Amino acid sequence: MALLEFNDSGIYCRKAGVYLDPWKPVKRALITHGHSDHAGWGHEQYLCTTSASPVIRHRLQLSSQLQTIGFGETIHINGVNFSFHPAGHIPGSAQIKVECNGEVWVFSGDYKLEPDNLSEPFEPVRCHVFISESTFGLPIYKWKPQQEVFAEVNQWWKKNQEDGKVSVIAGYSLGKAQRILQNIDPSLGKIFVHGAVDNITNILRTQLGTLPPTIRVTSEMKRKDFDGALVVCPPSAIGSPWLRRFDPYSLGIASGWMNLRGARRRRGADRGFVLSDHADWNDLNKAVRETGAQRVFVTHGYSEPFARWLTQQGIESSEVKTQYEGELSEIIEGANAESGDNSNETTANVV
Amino acid sequence: MKYFTQLFTTLDQTTKTLDKIKALASYFEKANDRDKLWAIALLSHRRPKRSVNATLLALWASELSHLPEWLFVECHAVVGDLAETISLVLPEPTEVSDQTLTEWIEFIKALEPLTVDQKKEKILWAWNRLEPMQRFVFNKLITGGFRIGVSQSLMVKALAKHAEVKENVIAHRLMGNWSPEYNNFQELVLSDDTLDLSRPYPFYLAYALEGAVSDLGNIEEWQAEWKWDGIRGQVIVRDRELFVWSRGEELVTDKYPEFTVMLDLLPDGTAIDGEILPFKNDLPLPFSKLQTRIGRKTLSQKQLKEVPVAFVAYDLLEWKGEDVREWPLSERRNQLAQLCSAPSSVLRLSPTITVDSWESLAAERTRARELFSEGIMLKRKSSVYRAGRRRGDWWKWKIDPFTIDAVLIYAMSGHGRRANLYTDYTFAVWKDDQLVPFAKAYSGLTDEEIRAVDRWVKQNTIEKFGPVRSVKPALVFEIAFEGIAKSTRHKSGIALRFPRINRWRKDKPIQEANTLQDLEKVLENNS
Repeated sequence: MALLEFNDSGIYCRKAGVYLDPWKPVKRALITHGHSDHAGWGHEQYLCTTSASPVIRHRLQLSSQLQTIGFGETIHINGVNFSFHPAGHIPGSAQIKVECNGEVWVFSGDYKLEPDNLSEPFEPVRCHVFISESTFGLPIYKWKPQQEVFAEVNQWWKKNQEDGKVSVIAGYSLGKAQRILQNIDPSLGKIFVHGAVDNITNILRTQLGTLPPTIRVTSEMKRKDFDGALVVCPPSAIGSPWLRRFDPYSLGIASGWMNLRGARRRRGADRGFVLSDHADWNDLNKAVRETGAQRVFVTHGYSEPFARWLTQQGIESSEVKTQYEGELSEIIEGANAESGDNSNETTANVV
Repeated sequence: MKYFTQLFTTLDQTTKTLDKIKALASYFEKANDRDKLWAIALLSHRRPKRSVNATLLALWASELSHLPEWLFVECHAVVGDLAETISLVLPEPTEVSDQTLTEWIEFIKALEPLTVDQKKEKILWAWNRLEPMQRFVFNKLITGGFRIGVSQSLMVKALAKHAEVKENVIAHRLMGNWSPEYNNFQELVLSDDTLDLSRPYPFYLAYALEGAVSDLGNIEEWQAEWKWDGIRGQVIVRDRELFVWSRGEELVTDKYPEFTVMLDLLPDGTAIDGEILPFKNDLPLPFSKLQTRIGRKTLSQKQLKEVPVAFVAYDLLEWKGEDVREWPLSERRNQLAQLCSAPSSVLRLSPTITVDSWESLAAERTRARELFSEGIMLKRKSSVYRAGRRRGDWWKWKIDPFTIDAVLIYAMSGHGRRANLYTDYTFAVWKDDQLVPFAKAYSGLTDEEIRAVDRWVKQNTIEKFGPVRSVKPALVFEIAFEGIAKSTRHKSGIALRFPRINRWRKDKPIQEANTLQDLEKVLENNS
């Protein structure tokens, strides 16, 4: 019996009777991080890291059903040891290590290797079997260091100020938005945030004690209140009437997908900043190597080619179908209006 | 190349017309004359001849990046553009270069006679001294297909500003046969001389009528004529030479040997705007007949006999060597009518429709399909002949298309703006209990719908064949089309003209989609 198996509800540990990031309601769920494709509704019990918990508690409106665990601590469930290790994806995000009788599996959740100055930096965990995401698992995705990207963002902001435009930048309201806030130059001007971003930012600001001051955009505000300002909003605000109040403005999108010209042009943004909270091609390869795993299961993303590539590199790999979306929702979705309070960024199925 | 790459990047980054014009104008200020002319040429789809084969470029790029060929192919499928894929997978350059756009173009042209190994050496040398974005531009210069999002009229606007010459004059100067290889900026853009005997005028194009036809006011002020479904063209006779241009600015004189008689019918210094139509026994034929002639390198006697063509004259642009586009339409039309007065099976005056009310015109319009016409053109009698697509004086009032409900069965990812999204669809109709593919379509959905269908396709794939996926038959769409013809090349036995998606029929189960018999009925009633 494999230590972990993949079924209709999620990644399942039969021996312990628990699921990792299940997408259908289950009894007991271990959650890597708070993005809605990983932290789903309706489970009876949740377990996540202490630093991921405030956001998850808020988003899913949980109280006593949610238990927390520190990074590196171990919990024993029915003879199986589970521990959480930093994934570097967003604050509190974890890889989950599962150990039983000396056999070690690691489920990566979503991860990136480059420190972002906000999330607990990624730590490689040695294992026999690694379950890796592959959101950007093709060699066309190679990121520049984040300082270079933020230098571009600052420059764009300054240029917009000269042109009398408001700088509107779109990024996932959990993670990307705070990474932007943490790393841009706050001395350039005032920073406003969309309601969805504001809720999460307030939680993380209290928790992390960092992040520059921001102002929530409200309907009473006039265009002149935004003069020279930077506005951070979720991708779902793009193309919505909410943006009209900033006119004239320049729209930037911060996403790994912006590495491709087609994706940049499709979104009708003025600027695409290549900034992702997922590992690029080189880092995916590095992460897999550093686990020392001889067997790899590749989940969401370019899972098929990445698994084939790894197999050719001598690491037996195969694709697994899950319902995780990685950064997909950032670019594919987004046309959906998002209310300020209940910022569930994925949408209902199409059909 | 630095400036041009900068220009390209700026044009690519903005969606706003004013910013684009600003970027172009600033490029024209900075660049030297030769680079400027090449930039204009590239933006108006004139490019150096391809000197290296795309397959080789792909091969060398995957070698250099240590990627297996299948993985490069996978990347290419996702990116949707070879030049971009190469620029993304290659390792960082170790050298720099300050060569100009013209110098790189000459470099590329000089590759032509070289052996494959020599070409490879040169290309790798170039890749290693260009930054990713410059590399992309360089690759595009070789592979072609620059889609920059700058329309001809936008470029003309910027150039007019830069050269301080009127827009319509610039537009005209940039038409026809020229190349930076044998023309210079001074003579092409700034001088009055006509360099090229064959130079056509920019076509005046109409928008579809917006709102009710009666809003156009007094019908007396309008000329109504049939909108023909052929190839828009311009016939020019100068110095006893005949030139036939298509709207795509392609010189197609040789494709229509019938038109040689124009030399007898028209005096020197004449340019006529009209439609190239298949015409037999004084009657137009459906467009599908003309398609059998298009694209043939040589025309057989049989084809010439079976599908003879005529030029249906719409407008007069040049008369006695003089540009008459500023004359009011009514005067141009009078002169044109005189020119076409001699009976000819080849040169035919486009008939006007004379009615005294919009209601009667609407009634006439319902006959369009019988005449193989697409509807009615409305032109203000006082209008001058303008350049490009304009609102106000000319409108097309097309008949409603045919529609049919069909089931989505295959999806393919798009290119360019649509790369990595499943946007090209194949549709099927029922034949007994089988779904038979009959049309491909990709336009017509909103961006939001495209994203929704894309996601659905990814979750409902049955099989993958390269970039194509077969999907669970479940989604029904209303397909609109302009015409229908028999076809031996299609499994369904029919071919549609301009199929596109009208709307997503979320309300319809697949059982209620139309049948092949329904299509055959449309065919029967319309041929």
